[in-house]
Amino acid sequence: MSPTQTEEVALIAKRWKNKRGTLIMALHGLQDRYGYVPRDAAMQLGEAMDVPLARIYEVLTFYNYFRLESPGKHVVSVCLGTACYLKGAPQLLEQASKELGIKAGETSADGEHHLQVVRCVGCCGLAPVVTVNEELLAKVTPETLAAHLKAPVATENGKA
Amino acid sequence: MARLTIADLQARAAAPKPAPDKPVIRVGMSTCGLAAGAEPVFNALTEEAAARKVELRVARTGCAGMCSMEPLVEVQVPGQAAVMFGEVTPEFARSIIAAMAAGKPLPAESRAPSIAQLARIAGEPVGTGDEPIQYRIVMRNCGVIDPEEIDEYMDRGGYQSLAKVLSTMSPEDVIEEMKTAGLRGRGGAGFPAWLKWKLTRESVGDEHIIVCNGDEGDPGAYMDRSVLEGDPHAVLEGMLIGGYVIGAKQGYFYIRAEYPLAIQRIEKALRQARANGLLGNNILGTDFSFNVEVRLGAGAFVCGEETALIASLEGKRGTPTPRPPYPSVKGLWGQPTMINNVESLANISQIMLHGAEWFSKIGVGRSSGTKVFAVTGQVKHAGLVEIPMGVTLRQVVEGICGGSASDTPIKAVQTGGPSGGLIPASELDTPITYEDLIKLGSFMGSGGMIVMDENDDIVELSKFYLKFCVEESCGKCAPCRIGGTQMLRVLTKIADGNGTEADIATIRRLARAMQKASLCGLGQGAPNPVLSALRYFEPEFRGRLASGKN
Repeated sequence: MSPTQTEEVALIAKRWKNKRGTLIMALHGLQDRYGYVPRDAAMQLGEAMDVPLARIYEVLTFYNYFRLESPGKHVVSVCLGTACYLKGAPQLLEQASKELGIKAGETSADGEHHLQVVRCVGCCGLAPVVTVNEELLAKVTPETLAAHLKAPVATENGKA
Repeated sequence: MARLTIADLQARAAAPKPAPDKPVIRVGMSTCGLAAGAEPVFNALTEEAAARKVELRVARTGCAGMCSMEPLVEVQVPGQAAVMFGEVTPEFARSIIAAMAAGKPLPAESRAPSIAQLARIAGEPVGTGDEPIQYRIVMRNCGVIDPEEIDEYMDRGGYQSLAKVLSTMSPEDVIEEMKTAGLRGRGGAGFPAWLKWKLTRESVGDEHIIVCNGDEGDPGAYMDRSVLEGDPHAVLEGMLIGGYVIGAKQGYFYIRAEYPLAIQRIEKALRQARANGLLGNNILGTDFSFNVEVRLGAGAFVCGEETALIASLEGKRGTPTPRPPYPSVKGLWGQPTMINNVESLANISQIMLHGAEWFSKIGVGRSSGTKVFAVTGQVKHAGLVEIPMGVTLRQVVEGICGGSASDTPIKAVQTGGPSGGLIPASELDTPITYEDLIKLGSFMGSGGMIVMDENDDIVELSKFYLKFCVEESCGKCAPCRIGGTQMLRVLTKIADGNGTEADIATIRRLARAMQKASLCGLGQGAPNPVLSALRYFEPEFRGRLASGKN
C-alpha cells in the first residue's frame, strides 16, 4: 500500500471512528476514493476503527453498492428498474454485453470497461437510462448506446 | 449569518412581499433535468442575457414533475402568466432571450403547461379557469424555488410552521392536530402518523431518535428523490417538528447512495439551517436543541423495511428483526425511534401552518391529503403527479399523463412496486385510496405507478418483480429465501412454455406460505405481483402452459 493510501485511509477512519454505527459511511469513503474497497485498505480501516475484518466483509458482501475489485476506467451501468425494463433495458444490456465482450458484473481484460446492472437511478421519466461513470444518458437507443460505448475507447486510441 | 429567533420569523411573515421587478427564468436542474441537458441550457440563457443586456434572473430549481419533457424552462415576466417550455435546447433557449430582448412575444413552439396550469398549490389562491386535477402540498416548491437557497424557501413561508409550533404548541397539541389531519404514512403501508408519533413519544428510553427514510428502493419510483432535491428544507422542517414532538435530540437522514444530488442538497440544507439557528442548540432561541446527520444506504432494497434500516444505520448488514418490539419502543441502539418517510415529513409543515381542518378536507374518507406518484412506462407524459386522494386511476393515467404513448391500448397499471400488484385497465375508474387499492389486490406503496400496454407481457413482468425480490432477499428467513427461489423456478418454467396445470397451484401455495411466514414486508409482499397477475390475467399464464399449446 502506498504511503498516500495509508494516509488517506487513516483520515477516513479518523473521521468516522468516534461516531456510532458509521462503518458503512467509512466504507463509502473508501469506495468514493478508490472506486472499490481494496482489501489492504479494508484491513487498515478495520484496525484503525477497531472492527474485525470479518465484520467488514460481512457488511461489504451484503450491500450491492460496494465493489471488491477495481471496476476499470469506464463503468457502464444499465438501469434495470421497472420503467427501464419496460422500455427495452434488457436489450440494451445484451447489446452492451455483446459489444464490450463482458457479462454484467465483469471488467474487460484491458481494464477499460466495467459493465453492471443498477436498480433504478430515479430517472424513470427518461427511461431507458444508462450511466457511463458519472454521466447519465437519457432515453437511450441502441444507436446512442453504441456511440457512447465506442467514444471513450476512441479517445484513448486518438491519444495513442 | 445571524441566528434567527421566533420574532425574526414572525417579522418576516408580517413583512409585505416585494413585487418582483424583473423577469425570472427558471431551469429545472434536478437529476432528470441535468440528465436531459439542463446545464448547457442554463449556460446559454445566462450568456445570451448578458450578451444582449437583458435585465433578468436565471434561477435553478428542482423538478416540476414533467420529467419526460425535460429540460424544462419557465419564463415569468412580472404581471404576466408564467410560460413553460419543454425539451429546450441551448439554441432554443437563446431564441427565448432574443425575443425578450426585442420585446417580441415569446416563441409559440415547445410550449408545455406551466406549474400554475398543472396544479393547485397549497397555501396559494385558486387560479381562474378550469381547476387542475393536481394539488401540490408536498411538491409545492418543486420547480419553483432554488433548493440550494434557504431564503427562497423562507420567502415561501418556510420555517414559519416550526416557529408556530415551537412558540405556541405543546407536543401533545401537535399530536392532536396530526390526529385530526389524518395523515397516514406515505411510505406505502398507511400507518397513522399521529399514532406513530404518540407511541414513540410515550416510550421510555435514554434518548429518542427520529429517522427520515429516504431509501427509496422501489425500482420505478423517484418521488422522494425529487422532493429531497427540489425542496430539502421542507423535509428538514418536518423532521424538526417531529423531533420536537417525540423529544428527540438527534435525527438521521437515511438516503440511498444512488441519489448523490439528493444527498448533496440535504447536506447543504443542513449547513444553511445550522448557520441560521434552525438546527443545533437552542433552535430559534428556544429550549429545543436538535442535530441531524446524513447516513447513506448501500444498495439493499430490504433496508426500506424499518428494522433492516435500523440495522444498516448501526453499520451492520441490513437484515430485519421480528416485530414487536417496534422501533417506536426499541429501535436504533435500543432507543425509541420514529421512522418517517420523506413524503410524510414534507407534509408536516403545511398541516401545522394551514391547520388540520384544511388538510383533512383534501382527499376522501380515511385517505386524507395528497399522494405523489411517479407515473412511468407506456404513457405519453411520464413524470411526477401529486393528486388529492380519491382521484381515479383513469384521471391520472389518461387525464394528467395523456394515456398510452402509442396506439396500443393500456392493459394494466402497477402500483406498490415489488410488493404491490397489477390493476387491469377495466378497474381504472377506481379511486386512489389506501383501502380501494388493497381491495384490488395491490396497495398504495410509496408511489410507483407503472403503466403497461397490450404489448407488454404480464408473465414476464411478474417474473421481473419476483426475480427482483429473490435477488434482494436478505436470506435470513426460510419462507422468503427458499419460497421465493422455488416460486421463481416454477414461474420461469411456465414462462418458458414448460409449465403444467399443477404449477399454477404450486405458485399459489408457495405464495400463501411466504405471505404468512416471512419475517418482513419484503417476503410477505414478494408474491403480490404474481398473485395479482394471476387474479386478473390467469389466461395469459394458462396460454403459456405446455398442455395449453396442444
